[in-house]
Amino acid sequence: MSLLRITSPHAHGPLSTTRVMQTVLLATLPGVAALVWFFGPGVLVNIAVTSFFAIAFEAAALKLRGRPVLRTLDDHSAVVTATLLAIALPPYSPWWLLAVGAAASILLAKQLYGGLGYNPFNPAMVGYVVLLISFPVQMTTWAAPRGLAPELPGLLDALRACFAPASFDGATMATPLDLLRQNSDQSLAALYAASPQLGAWGGVGWQWVSLGFLAGGLWMLYRGIFTWHAPVAMLAALAAMAALFYDGGAPGSGGSPLFHLLSGATMFGAFFIVTDPVSSAVSTRGRLVYGALIGVLIYLIRTRGNYPDAVAFAVLIMNFAAPFIDYYTQPRSYGHARGGRP
Amino acid sequence: MRRVHGFHGGVHPPENKAQSLAAPIRPAGIPPQLILPLAQHIGAPAQPVVRVGQAVRGGELLAEADGFVSVPVHAPTSGTVSAIEDRPVPHPSGLPAPCIVIDTDGADAWAPPAPLPEAERADPTKLRERIQGAGIAGMGGAGFPTAVKLSPGPGKAIETLIINGTECEPYITADDTLMRERASELVAGTRILADLLTPREILIGIEDNKPEAIAAVRAAAGSDMEVVVFPTKYPSGGEKQLIEILLGKQVPSGGIPADIGVVCQNVGTAVAVHEAVALGRPLVSRVTTVTGEAVAHPGNYEVLLGTPMGWLLERAGVDPARARRLVMGGPMMGFSIPEPACPVVKTTNCLLVPTEAELPTPPPAQACIRCGLCAEACPATLLPQQLYWFAQGKEYDKLEGHNLFDCIECGACSYVCPSHIPLVQYYRASKAEIIARRREAEKADHARERFEARQARMERLAAEREAKRAERKKAAEAKAKAKAEAAASEGAGADGTQAAAAADPIQAAIERAKARKAALAAGASDEPADQVAKLAANVETIARRLAAAREKLDAYDGGEASVAEALKRGVEKTEEKLARAEAELREAREGASEEA
Repeated sequence: MSLLRITSPHAHGPLSTTRVMQTVLLATLPGVAALVWFFGPGVLVNIAVTSFFAIAFEAAALKLRGRPVLRTLDDHSAVVTATLLAIALPPYSPWWLLAVGAAASILLAKQLYGGLGYNPFNPAMVGYVVLLISFPVQMTTWAAPRGLAPELPGLLDALRACFAPASFDGATMATPLDLLRQNSDQSLAALYAASPQLGAWGGVGWQWVSLGFLAGGLWMLYRGIFTWHAPVAMLAALAAMAALFYDGGAPGSGGSPLFHLLSGATMFGAFFIVTDPVSSAVSTRGRLVYGALIGVLIYLIRTRGNYPDAVAFAVLIMNFAAPFIDYYTQPRSYGHARGGRP
Repeated sequence: MRRVHGFHGGVHPPENKAQSLAAPIRPAGIPPQLILPLAQHIGAPAQPVVRVGQAVRGGELLAEADGFVSVPVHAPTSGTVSAIEDRPVPHPSGLPAPCIVIDTDGADAWAPPAPLPEAERADPTKLRERIQGAGIAGMGGAGFPTAVKLSPGPGKAIETLIINGTECEPYITADDTLMRERASELVAGTRILADLLTPREILIGIEDNKPEAIAAVRAAAGSDMEVVVFPTKYPSGGEKQLIEILLGKQVPSGGIPADIGVVCQNVGTAVAVHEAVALGRPLVSRVTTVTGEAVAHPGNYEVLLGTPMGWLLERAGVDPARARRLVMGGPMMGFSIPEPACPVVKTTNCLLVPTEAELPTPPPAQACIRCGLCAEACPATLLPQQLYWFAQGKEYDKLEGHNLFDCIECGACSYVCPSHIPLVQYYRASKAEIIARRREAEKADHARERFEARQARMERLAAEREAKRAERKKAAEAKAKAKAEAAASEGAGADGTQAAAAADPIQAAIERAKARKAALAAGASDEPADQVAKLAANVETIARRLAAAREKLDAYDGGEASVAEALKRGVEKTEEKLARAEAELREAREGASEEA
């Protein structure tokens, strides 16, 4: 008998990090499908090209750092980061924008800090913010949705947009969030009547994309990939802020709670970004605080700031605060009195 | 119906209990050799009371308890003590430890059993002595001497006695079969424990995946105890978790259950107590589950303590080619046994021999993504992911701040970890490191105190010496001054002599001493006994002085040779003086005796 000497436990559950990452990728499907339906196949090209660059950068960095390349790539985390970044970027982005974004995400936000698990900031959001600050023009043009655009670009158009940007001229349109932010004199009812892209709740296309990501998120929740605390706290805080400052839809209103929940990257952020465990607070109580503060920040930046959306900035700011939150939200361990007293 | 409470976390690993439940408990038989470690329990190892070559009968004492937290070892069958030496033993360290080896003779001859007489059972001291004397230590796996737990100490009234029939580890069914087949012995043993502890209530806690055991114990139990059934979840059988499930109370961190009026005993322990008291049979065998896919006949065996695991596995039909590891205990908390020569001991509730497919070799650990699944699984409500980071960074203060020492090492965190990180291993290592550092710090404190005390003593001695020197100097100065004054007054006039004599105290003192000496000499011939006493006192004084001088010389470790030399000379001189004084004393004594 040649006997292995391994310390307990000897049994192991079925879950693996690779499986977690694959589940996240699968969960993006409904949202991505909605994006393709309403905005054309640009997002698919985004995902493919960004993933290619992300894997290349990750492999190169691992090689330089003397880490096992194939075994580490097998955790799928680079593809997850790339996919989340690609979904956040405007469809029909040029290849160099995707490359710079992938480099910022993988090299700057992840490998420079020591790779998966060691990054204090959400890599996809770092990539997004780097691009937003560096290339505001490309980052604030969003395709017009199905029904409002004269015709949606096909797959060939999407490839052309990516690799020969000069030859592509798609229809673009202000997003619902842009419309609302720029509005100062019209009541919400008048604005909705004047702007066809606002649709019924969160904007034509946008609301279905949001519901798609919500469905994917609920599926992940059901699979036990994350706990409900952070996303629910974020959505609740955002809705509460919107309700507080709704002001009956008067000209100064920041928009209805439903609008904020179903517009922009709210659902995507709540279930795919805020739930990133590496850069969030760790305890359940900490994740409640973390999520709620992100929700508050999203509302503030959306209504008072100057950017197309606020999820990335809100998440990055709270990434900073995560260790601070952890310090004050350590759970009461077995056998310890409440309130931290011995 | 009692309300059962929940506890935080926990996991549901596949139970795999059916394999070993097909047959009733079978006797494993008598192996040719038994290897009995002296430490099968927590506490001081037992001390051998037999010699190599001595014949022993079953039930005879082989090694006696060494102190309060210790239990003896008995011979499981008849045979000859063939060696008392270090042998491989089942311990996580893998180090060999002292064992008594018995070559069995197969006759299984027993010393006549001596049940505790009915009259003595009412005496708690006698009962405790019997339980300790029978070598009983917690049989659930920890092996803590049972009698110690039954002596909660003054001021700690026990409200609740809990009998632990949870057996939450996968694969193990030793307690399950024991409850099915020996429920009446279990109840009898429980009553003995209750007689000692006089609790207000007796609870027998069993997980709901053991319906037959529950039915058997319910049928045997009287109205004085309650069988409480609760949902299956690992690690419900942990003492602290079970107390929370049954009572909704938590044992304070760093405390023991008796602090909140609870004592927990395993069902196997209760049966052993019954056998020790009512049958006079010491703990020499136990029920052990042998299971795993590499075993052809998995089941529960009544095994003599000291039986080599390899011998038992052969009986159970193990396939060495498929056996990938040998685990003592369950797959969650059991530890790997390095070689099958290790014996079955009092805490061997299970031998698990899985195949590679059954419990695969863990893949290399991936990065921790702080997913928090471990925190959800932790029954102690710790943050395992944070502890892991602190352990990696050797941040021992933070580890203690995050209550590392409340970790019960149940393995639930490692079980759920998607990155296959051996978390428990990190915690064990960190705990050991922190304990080692505490010891180190204590040692350093002790050394510092000793050094400071010595420093203070040296300074004090130096100050005393200095003070004496200053005094002598002052006296010399005074003398010189007096002399000068005397000379001056002599020159002044003849009538000044009287005054000068009066003014010279030293001269006067010398005069007085002379007079005393003369008186002494005169009186000496009159009363020799008096003189002997005085001389003896003189010898004593000089001896004391000599001792002081020697001490001074020993204590001096300064670099200056001249000082050391002076001290040495002082000692020598005193020695001479002592010799002289002693000679005088001898003479005086001889003279005195002649006179008499």
